[in-house]
Amino acid sequence: MPDQTHIQQTVAPVERRVDAIQDALEERGLKAAAFVEEFRHLAEEQWVPENGARVVARAWTDLAFRQRLMCNGRDAVAELGLSMPAHHRHLVVLENTPTVHNVICCTLCSCTAFSIIGLPPDWYKDLEYRARVVRQSRTVLREMGLDLPPEMEIRVWDTTADTRYMVLPVRPAGTEGWSEERLASLVTKDSMIGVARL
Amino acid sequence: MDGMHDLGGRQGFGRIRYSLKAQTFHEPWEKRVNALYSLAVKLGIFNMDEYRHAIERMEPRHYLSASYYERSLTSLATLCVEKGIVTREELERRAQGQFPLSSPSAPGRSNVGDRQRLEPGDRVRVRSDYVPGHVRMPGYIRGKTGVVVSVSPAYPFPDAHAHGVEAADEPTYDVRFSAEELWPNSADPAFVHVGVFESYLERVD
Repeated sequence: MPDQTHIQQTVAPVERRVDAIQDALEERGLKAAAFVEEFRHLAEEQWVPENGARVVARAWTDLAFRQRLMCNGRDAVAELGLSMPAHHRHLVVLENTPTVHNVICCTLCSCTAFSIIGLPPDWYKDLEYRARVVRQSRTVLREMGLDLPPEMEIRVWDTTADTRYMVLPVRPAGTEGWSEERLASLVTKDSMIGVARL
Repeated sequence: MDGMHDLGGRQGFGRIRYSLKAQTFHEPWEKRVNALYSLAVKLGIFNMDEYRHAIERMEPRHYLSASYYERSLTSLATLCVEKGIVTREELERRAQGQFPLSSPSAPGRSNVGDRQRLEPGDRVRVRSDYVPGHVRMPGYIRGKTGVVVSVSPAYPFPDAHAHGVEAADEPTYDVRFSAEELWPNSADPAFVHVGVFESYLERVD
């Protein structure tokens, strides 16, 4: 009689495991393939950093909006037609200044305000960033190309609950009179995570 | 649980694998996995706390060696098996090989009975609780003292919500800690802010 335990020893390649669960869900009438398509659209076209960039540009040019944004981020981004998943009940906007630098992370998993600043980049979800940025913030930022002056205060925000954070970068000098659209083109995902300054 | 996922402050890790053109997805199957667990959440098969906890329950050797989306896949499959949507045998038959799943869950818990409403400016200490199930208190703040800087709306209490235990929603407090206090003489000077559930905190007078 064949030894069943030995037949099952090899771990199936990851893609075949994905096929297995997708096909099982499909067969139960859960419309998995259709949702994969819908999700692709959301991930590629809806959850993009251009959303956050519009928020930042508006905050730079409209003081009343900036105050509403600091007070209640979720309601304020809705004014620009942007939404957040229902379980993200709170958006806290972290204002960089010439003397304060904010940076966000999620040490336990990978939480982000993805519908506003875009889906998190690979390194944000990787072990090194999660382990090190809370304890070696200045060193990590320097390694990533952001060498902050010693007098700059660093504030790290660990996303351990369903409150979401985004960094509001400092408006670059020499952009007086620029349109919101032109200002938005300066804003990167990394600057809203806080591993870059503009 | 004090699991392998609780990485904040762990030492020995090298440089961040950073690039200016970093991507979210590298392989088409990764996007499918993200879609499939999102679908399961949307359909109410499981919630995000159950999803996160099933990742935390992965055997540590598997957790560390798996890619981010393999961890997502493992959580999705584990919960679909635990919820009776599919059996492990069916998954392994379809995949034509072993399909590693997460370890079983320990019991959850409800809100802490004597939790206190807090206000910005309050000095607080993180309770020295050791929770066998899901918990959103990173180990590096256990027993540490900080200051409340803001209050969130009430959320489902993760320690209960990941386990189907009844509990009241409760707010989190953004608590500011000094990195020097978290890791004396062993951290870059900074403030570290953590969103801490009310049940994890006590006021320090």
